[in-house]
Amino acid sequence: MTQRHADFRELESRNRNQTAALVIVFIVLFCALGLGLDFVIGAVRLRDGHLVGFPFLTIAALIIGSVQSLISYYGGAALVLASAHARQLMPDSPKHQMVLNVVQEMALASRMPAPHAYVIDDPAPNAFATGRDPQHSVICVTQGLVDEMDREELQGVLGHEMAHIRDYDIRTMTMIAVLVGGVAMLADFFMRWSFYGGFGARNDRDDDGRGEAGLIIAIVVFVLAILAPLFSQLIAMAVSRQREYLADASSVEFTRNPRALLRALEHIARIESPLANASRGIAHLFIVNPLESVGDNEEGFFDNLLSTHPPLSRRIRRLHELLGEPGNRAISGENSGQR
Amino acid sequence: MGSWIIIGIIVAAALYVIFAYNSLVRMRNSVENSWRQIDVQLKRRHDLIPNLVEAVKGYMQFERDTLTQVVEARNRAVEAPNQAARLQAENQLTAGLGRLFALMENYPQLKSDQNVLQLQEQLTTTENQIAFARQAYNDAVLELNNRIETFPSNMIANHFGFHPADYFKAPSEDQALPKVDLSLGTPRAS
Repeated sequence: MTQRHADFRELESRNRNQTAALVIVFIVLFCALGLGLDFVIGAVRLRDGHLVGFPFLTIAALIIGSVQSLISYYGGAALVLASAHARQLMPDSPKHQMVLNVVQEMALASRMPAPHAYVIDDPAPNAFATGRDPQHSVICVTQGLVDEMDREELQGVLGHEMAHIRDYDIRTMTMIAVLVGGVAMLADFFMRWSFYGGFGARNDRDDDGRGEAGLIIAIVVFVLAILAPLFSQLIAMAVSRQREYLADASSVEFTRNPRALLRALEHIARIESPLANASRGIAHLFIVNPLESVGDNEEGFFDNLLSTHPPLSRRIRRLHELLGEPGNRAISGENSGQR
Repeated sequence: MGSWIIIGIIVAAALYVIFAYNSLVRMRNSVENSWRQIDVQLKRRHDLIPNLVEAVKGYMQFERDTLTQVVEARNRAVEAPNQAARLQAENQLTAGLGRLFALMENYPQLKSDQNVLQLQEQLTTTENQIAFARQAYNDAVLELNNRIETFPSNMIANHFGFHPADYFKAPSEDQALPKVDLSLGTPRAS
């Protein structure tokens, strides 16, 4: 047990380091992009092995990158909740009251302050946690989860989310969502701009200027188009599906009841429907992958490499093993009436 | 050169003492806070029980004994003169409530009374929160006691007078029903 507590402090400091590294990599990439553009427009050039000129785009990139990092730290949770179309969960129905109560229960069990509760109006059962630390944390559930799960299953799911909060996974995951989402947004913005001729329209009478501006935008779009998948690759690696296994184990630690999360995951696996408002940028926050139907969980090489979530069948099997049961029934499909 | 090494060792030792002392204080506070959390929930249970009994009394004419037992256990817990008596009364209350909840399954009319359902949910979560708060308290005690008893932090704990805390021990019948789950509709064996 002491080992376990030592473990979560270790996870916490690993997450703090990872977030710092993420911010540095992000800002450096941004500055590199700015410097490249400085070269293109001729603000700086190489003369006798020295940089001459004033790299104002690099400085602009540094400022934008830093501001965006600050926004992702302090406003990340709000942005994630807005992009998922979540609203605050009110005790306006017996089932909502129960969810609020279970949030309290799991906060007590994990010895963490109670997080705020939000809900997404979507029938797909899913949940995620966000925020920058346990004092500023949010748990968000879908209406589908509220409708489908009984109290025991809810305890399992919300215990999993409390584990993400305790281990500071929420900070890392939220900042990844906002920073990477920011790059995607920027790419979109430039793409649209060049498409509808932002620069072009203004420089209509000046053919030379138009050509040059068009070139710059083309290059920006090109670079961002290369960067965006690189960034989502970065998510997949940073998120490390290990976190999900660890949060599953911690959920069992809080509920002292492996059956709770096991039943919830099996229940979710039976329903298998993707979430409407989940973009690629926030998919890694959810307890089960909201983008694909969870049924097809082939454990291919590429799935493992590119997926932000471990296969649901494997998580279910691990919980079965925790209960000391043969863990293969969920994947072999011989799961009828064994309970 | 040699003196620098000695100074370095002294500084490192001092830093360790500060770190160990602070974490002992944090753990002791965590134990105290966890204990208060249990109290908060027990208090809430005391407040909710008269309302629930009042609400179901009309439906459950034939369960007067159980209802009386619950109310009496509740009153004994509120008025208990010392910790031991109070603990005993609280445990009787937990057992009595478990019986009451199981009996309520026999009265389908209760399911259509919004007031009763709401009170039932509040008491269910209170029972769960009592169980989880006790579990959290024991986790906190384990953490503190391990730190107090293991080397080298035990030297600092002894020097500054930290004492191991007592675990909360659930009575055997209480252990059999740690979590109430009414939504499943399965009465627990008590």
